[in-house]
Amino acid sequence: MSRKQLALVIDLNICVGCHACVTSCKEWNTSGWAGPLSDTDPYGADPLGVFFNRVQTFEAGEFPLTETIHFPKSCLHCEEPPCVPVCPTGASFKREEDGIVLVDYDKCIGCKYCSWNCPYGVREFDTKQGVMKKCTLCADRIYDETLPEDRRKPACVLACPAGARMFGDISDPASEASQAIRDNAGFQIMPEMGTRPANHYLPRRKTMLVIHNDELVRADNPLLKEGELPRPQLSDPFLDDITSW
Amino acid sequence: MKPAFSVLFLTTLIGMGQGLLIALVAGQFYFVIGSGSEQDSGLFFATGAAVGLALLGLGLVASFFHLTHPERGMRSIMRWRTSWLSREVLLLPACMGLAFLYGVAHWFGFAPVLMTFGNQKSLDLTMAIGFLLAASCAFLFIATGMIYACVRFIKEWATPWTVINYTLIGLSSGFAACAIVAAVENALLRDFLAGWAALFTLLAFAAKGVTLWRNKHLPPPFTLKSAIGVHHGSIRQLSQGFNGRSFNTTEFFTRIGPEVKPWLIGLMLVFGFAAPSALLLAGWADRYLPALIAALPIQYIGLLTERWLFFAQGQHVQNVYYQRKS
Repeated sequence: MSRKQLALVIDLNICVGCHACVTSCKEWNTSGWAGPLSDTDPYGADPLGVFFNRVQTFEAGEFPLTETIHFPKSCLHCEEPPCVPVCPTGASFKREEDGIVLVDYDKCIGCKYCSWNCPYGVREFDTKQGVMKKCTLCADRIYDETLPEDRRKPACVLACPAGARMFGDISDPASEASQAIRDNAGFQIMPEMGTRPANHYLPRRKTMLVIHNDELVRADNPLLKEGELPRPQLSDPFLDDITSW
Repeated sequence: MKPAFSVLFLTTLIGMGQGLLIALVAGQFYFVIGSGSEQDSGLFFATGAAVGLALLGLGLVASFFHLTHPERGMRSIMRWRTSWLSREVLLLPACMGLAFLYGVAHWFGFAPVLMTFGNQKSLDLTMAIGFLLAASCAFLFIATGMIYACVRFIKEWATPWTVINYTLIGLSSGFAACAIVAAVENALLRDFLAGWAALFTLLAFAAKGVTLWRNKHLPPPFTLKSAIGVHHGSIRQLSQGFNGRSFNTTEFFTRIGPEVKPWLIGLMLVFGFAAPSALLLAGWADRYLPALIAALPIQYIGLLTERWLFFAQGQHVQNVYYQRKS
């Protein structure tokens, strides 16, 4: 893993399933120079549309002992992408310099064979444009030097209000993404498929708070009783021009 | 998987065409190595090659309906090193070109001797083109079969049986088609072709039986555990994230309910294999011509059903993520 491999790290412990990443992804990518992500019948009874990112919801356990898991799913930018070698035209490719798996819309003939060769179901066909589409990791904005440096991230990462999404080079052990994977037991989905997905997920973790009895009693209470503290004298020193009265 | 009619016609038509061309070459070889002096006319072989070429051409036309950008179709030969689809795209015109040459050489009787062997047998130009043609048709069978067999995310497909089945079905329908050409042309090869067509149909029947049995005993194709990486014994989907449709809910599922599938399997087994093999045997043993000619149209209905079921029975791993709308 010496080559640069950009990826997302998604913390399932944080994700609340708000779909902000879904809508911001759609907004950014439908407004770009590559053309819209087409929708058919968007406000009708039977809408069909192209999205690069979906948030799905799962439930583990039996009621009432259940746990809800919100699971954002987009292209994992596999290090062994099975969708790339099967493409007859070479329209589907993995970019050497940063490991992003992309589709060249000008070469795609619309045979859909790549989508058959993706176990994650993250490629979506645009019926209006007639080409296969997928997450680009916002390749059009992460290198955009007209943007301030901290905004050069995928739209979904910037949109997440809970901070569940991280973006970085997972082949660089010092990156925030790599550290998060190391420190929080980050994992890949369907590892048995041999695709070596670059995107990682952080597992749900139990958050426990242990409170001891002595912590329930105020230790800094000079009068040893609860209630309002006595008013200080006017001559007492005060802090930062703020007095307690 | 959703069966696309363009692909159903493509695979059944080119399979039949390849089988027919291989049947022609096999028939010619049968004469060459045989001791008799009689041989079928060049006209028969030329007609057969024309029919084969027409079938391959129709398949090629059908394939264009599968593409949304057929005008870029030429690009699809680019990745022949890695993609079986690309190899198929290369081999299909190769077969068509060789079939054309084979037919033309027979039509004009242009058969200069290229090699003479010790046993007084000789290799002429038509036979040499025929060998190349049969080889490229055989490779095309493998390439088309491997397009499906190499999709390792559909367990029903990812098996050598996919290639074996497809090849046997192509040979079965191709030999049957060639037998019809021979019957119409009143060629000597008719019984030879009808007999082999019956045999290949029975073999294809057996292979289909093995495949059906295998697919029935496959382990479940996916588990939610590894799909979302949550180690829990009981996980279910609450929502796939949207209420409408998406590519993933249309391309990878069939709309026809599971209760129809047993009927279709019955239709496939009777029309695709049982009835045509009986008719071909009748046509072969009793030389009953109507039976020989009726076998192929009946089989074709069965083979379209077979291809449809092949797609409909393919359970893609990605379906694990699309089990519940809301």
